[in-house]
Amino acid sequence: MELDSLYQQVILDHYKNPAHKALIEPYTVQVHHVNPSCGDEITLNLLVKDGLVDAISWDGVGCSISQASTSIMTELVLGKDVKSAFKILDEFTELMQSKGQGKGDEEVLEDAIAFAGVSKFPARIKCALLGWMAFKDAASQSMVKLGEQ
Amino acid sequence: MLRTSIDAAQLRKDFPIFAKVMRGNNRLIYLDSGATSQKPRSVLDAERYFYENENAAVHRGSHLLAEEANRAYEGAREVVAQFLGAKSDEIIFTKSATESLNALAYSFGNAKADSRFHLNPGDRIVVSEMEHHANLIPWQQLAKRTGAELAWLSVTAEGRLDLSNISEVINEKTKIVALTHQSNVLGTINPINEIAKYVRARSALFILDACQSVPHIPISVQDLEIDFLAFSGHKALGPTGIGVLWAKSELLDEMEPFLFGGSMIESVTMTDATWAPAPRKFEAGVPNMAQAVGLAAALKYLSQIGMAKIAEHDAELTAYALEKFSSLKGIEIIGPKENVDRGAVISFTTEGIHPHDLGQVLDQYGIAVRTGHHCAWPLMKKYGIAGTTRASFYLYNDFADVDALIDGVGNAQKYFKV
Repeated sequence: MELDSLYQQVILDHYKNPAHKALIEPYTVQVHHVNPSCGDEITLNLLVKDGLVDAISWDGVGCSISQASTSIMTELVLGKDVKSAFKILDEFTELMQSKGQGKGDEEVLEDAIAFAGVSKFPARIKCALLGWMAFKDAASQSMVKLGEQ
Repeated sequence: MLRTSIDAAQLRKDFPIFAKVMRGNNRLIYLDSGATSQKPRSVLDAERYFYENENAAVHRGSHLLAEEANRAYEGAREVVAQFLGAKSDEIIFTKSATESLNALAYSFGNAKADSRFHLNPGDRIVVSEMEHHANLIPWQQLAKRTGAELAWLSVTAEGRLDLSNISEVINEKTKIVALTHQSNVLGTINPINEIAKYVRARSALFILDACQSVPHIPISVQDLEIDFLAFSGHKALGPTGIGVLWAKSELLDEMEPFLFGGSMIESVTMTDATWAPAPRKFEAGVPNMAQAVGLAAALKYLSQIGMAKIAEHDAELTAYALEKFSSLKGIEIIGPKENVDRGAVISFTTEGIHPHDLGQVLDQYGIAVRTGHHCAWPLMKKYGIAGTTRASFYLYNDFADVDALIDGVGNAQKYFKV
């Protein structure tokens, strides 16, 4: 069924048991993002130390796609330097915009490759990107903030 | 009961879109008429006929086409007036119900200090917690611009307006009361004439957002104790880009226009202008003519079937769906569970399945529902939910569509193992 290309098992697993879903402190920056078309919300705490994603945690409400995507994203970027994390983010964004054509680089995306099917469903791309955009915002703000110190 | 008061399967043949093959090779089961309705061929033909035979800018030009365009456009106004039990110069064409409501808010905001529409700091505007954003934000922003206070009637747990404190909410400072006739989320139909007593007691203006009611139940502005009514064409089988604002003539005469330009003037100098009488005063620019003509065709189609019959059909479908839903596990209906004073809209949450995911599974069966906050974010917050799935029925739906929905929800529960 076409639906299975969207709801890969790894997505359903992360939806049921999301990683890093409980806000922790300390953090460099906290951001709050919403998807105004459906009302999904996410709060994300990000701690950047020595250019590395030292801690990341989140909370929010949303559909399986947004929740699983955020969960997988946190696992991917945790411990990485911000520059590498942004590379993954760019690869993921590109995959989402591929209109069902992109396969994605599994080396870079790891579990996030499971979202390839989402790009066939235009209404769901924003769901998949909600957490990633929150991370992008938080990381950019963190860099500015740390640069200022 | 084999079918409702309307033979919907037969009637669907009038709507070209129902020939479409949906995802999963399914027929279209369209349960999103609360967002927009599908269009019968007669509406599409009316628009095409206008463009092919009568197209010219109305209210200007001395040629044959201008005459015919004028006749078609003003004829459409006449049809809308008859449909609402109104006079034709009380009907203003806008581009949408949203524009109709904003138009009022802007017109009131432009009112001179001695006008009955003028708001002073401390005056009150009353809405309700169940308003669509289109009947909330214009008033919220008008309050901010004028220093008026925004107050609202609450919603009870079962999805009715809480009228227990109505005389405190609609207090002596109240100048405007803007309410929805039927909630687009809950389906609740509000007791307008009962509320009107309190509005009248304060000599306030009563504005009715009738987007969800005009397409579904017989409505006459003669029977409703209101001053203004707004609805959109596209929810009533008509085209997009056409909305209606109805108001009593004496109010329209006193109101300031909100859009300036061609057509709406009586005379113009380089430094000043005077206005044409209503409705022209409120219709600046070349209007959406083909859309008005399309709306007239839509209202004729509805009238031919009969609004009372449509209301009956809606009620039968709603009763059937409410009963079916009550047998499903993990479903909570957000809105009145009793089929009394409610329209053909059922919002619900499904335990363990986000509305967006449910909508996605239903889509796989050709079922189109609405998911999310339905442009009523404060109402969602009130009920402590992120969103709902909403099925809204119309004259082309039947019991089989409800059965498909119920099966679809069951399949989604299996799919997500809840």
